[in-house]
Amino acid sequence: MDLKLDHVSHHYGATEVLRDITLDFPSGQIVCIVGPSGCGKSTLLRMLGGLEQPTAGKVLQIGTPPADCLNPLTYIFQDFALLPWRTVRGNLALVLEDHGLSAAARDAIITDVLARTKLSEFADALPKQLSGGMKQRVAIARALAVNPAVMLMDEPLSALDSQTRELLMDDLIGLWTRQPFTAVYVTHNLAEAVRLGHKIVVLSRRPGQVRDIVTLNTPLAERAYGDAELEAQQQHLWALMRDEAAAADAELLNV
Amino acid sequence: MSEPALEVRFRGGGFVARRKRGVGITVFIVLVLLAEWGTRTGVISALTLPRPSDVALTFKELYESGLLFKHLLPSLSRLAVGATMGALAGIAVGLLIGLFSLARAGLVPLVAALFPIPKIALLPLFVIWFGIDEMSKYALIAFGTFTPTVVATYAAVDNVDRTLIRMGQSFGLKWRSIVWKIVLPGAMPGILSGLRISLTIAIILLVAAEMLGAEYGIGAYILQAGSLYDLERLFAGVVILSVMGVLVSAAIAAVERRVLRWRV
Repeated sequence: MDLKLDHVSHHYGATEVLRDITLDFPSGQIVCIVGPSGCGKSTLLRMLGGLEQPTAGKVLQIGTPPADCLNPLTYIFQDFALLPWRTVRGNLALVLEDHGLSAAARDAIITDVLARTKLSEFADALPKQLSGGMKQRVAIARALAVNPAVMLMDEPLSALDSQTRELLMDDLIGLWTRQPFTAVYVTHNLAEAVRLGHKIVVLSRRPGQVRDIVTLNTPLAERAYGDAELEAQQQHLWALMRDEAAAADAELLNV
Repeated sequence: MSEPALEVRFRGGGFVARRKRGVGITVFIVLVLLAEWGTRTGVISALTLPRPSDVALTFKELYESGLLFKHLLPSLSRLAVGATMGALAGIAVGLLIGLFSLARAGLVPLVAALFPIPKIALLPLFVIWFGIDEMSKYALIAFGTFTPTVVATYAAVDNVDRTLIRMGQSFGLKWRSIVWKIVLPGAMPGILSGLRISLTIAIILLVAAEMLGAEYGIGAYILQAGSLYDLERLFAGVVILSVMGVLVSAAIAAVERRVLRWRV
């Protein structure tokens, strides 16, 4: 299943946030959206999953999601959004309980995704007992449990320290390599974008417009930490964004 | 050239709540001993304060005559029935206000209008509405418990983490699931701390309720003693109310420890 943004614009009151954005999100690929702060990239992600309505334009779903897909458009949030009163297993069960699955089927799904995210030992821990990286792994496991057609990731690694971030990026690449998934990945971190993106969309400062789309052809599994070619791509992206980011920064000061 | 080495003075610490065992009971015992000493030596006249040992004797008589339970049981049942009705209705209305804008717009001003009414002032009205027997006593206690519970509950619902609710919506959970599995557990800490206050108010109103022609009950016992200026009996009754307050507070603390184990 593909997603498409068709001439999407958005206003918050008098503030224009997004202007005439047309983008394709082909299945089986990770599309990263980068841009200076306040450019409306999170708003764009909320629209893709139906949590916000654009002022103009349409969000289109092309093709039907696979039959075993419980929640086609599934988010992974920056702040994890785990229920603190449920264990890891309970948090995964939460999103399966409303789909009329038998208890055995639910257990099978939970056991499978816990194994895929290397969380099996932590099934009965409460979120407060887990580190930030572990919490985000639980959130990723929860997203995988509903077998999404598209994963919508809103700065999923931004709340983590840089070492944990590296580990989780490796995990995400491992997950994708074993079973390619479709994802839209919003971030302000260019290193994450060049590691994980098949396509990187650069947005301009507010009102957000598509400034450039960079396609990376190196397979995800071959992109290593500190790769020279990735470094060059990152430099290129930064050159595109630098002035915009500086202008966006100054703009905030003038409000 | 060697500079003198000074150890850096520790200036952290302080402002941290630490658990101190036995201090509460010590304060209590010291106060009672002080009263006992004062009344025995005559520093405090017998009219100002009854002697604690006399109060204890009165209490013993009350227990031995069997009157203690004759007074205590009806009071406890009034408290249980009235407070349960008030708390359940309060939680229900509080949830409605927290979940529906229409209920909020319609009921918040009403609750604000009801809250400051001294429920005791409405005694005659309650007698007319519910009769002179148990029902009017239940209603008075329930009414007094209701308003603080409503306010605590809707404030607690307002404080539930919005990102969790948005998470529930994004996973396509049913409305009912979001309320039962996300909103209600998330509001639990606030609801329980609200109950601490409203159940204490229920104990206060117990005495008021038993002004409504009750023959037996702690409130009735205190009122009788008060009208005779029998300070020993008055204090024996007051001590019972205090103990009830401490027990209610301990019970809620126990529930909190069980239900809110997930809290950091």
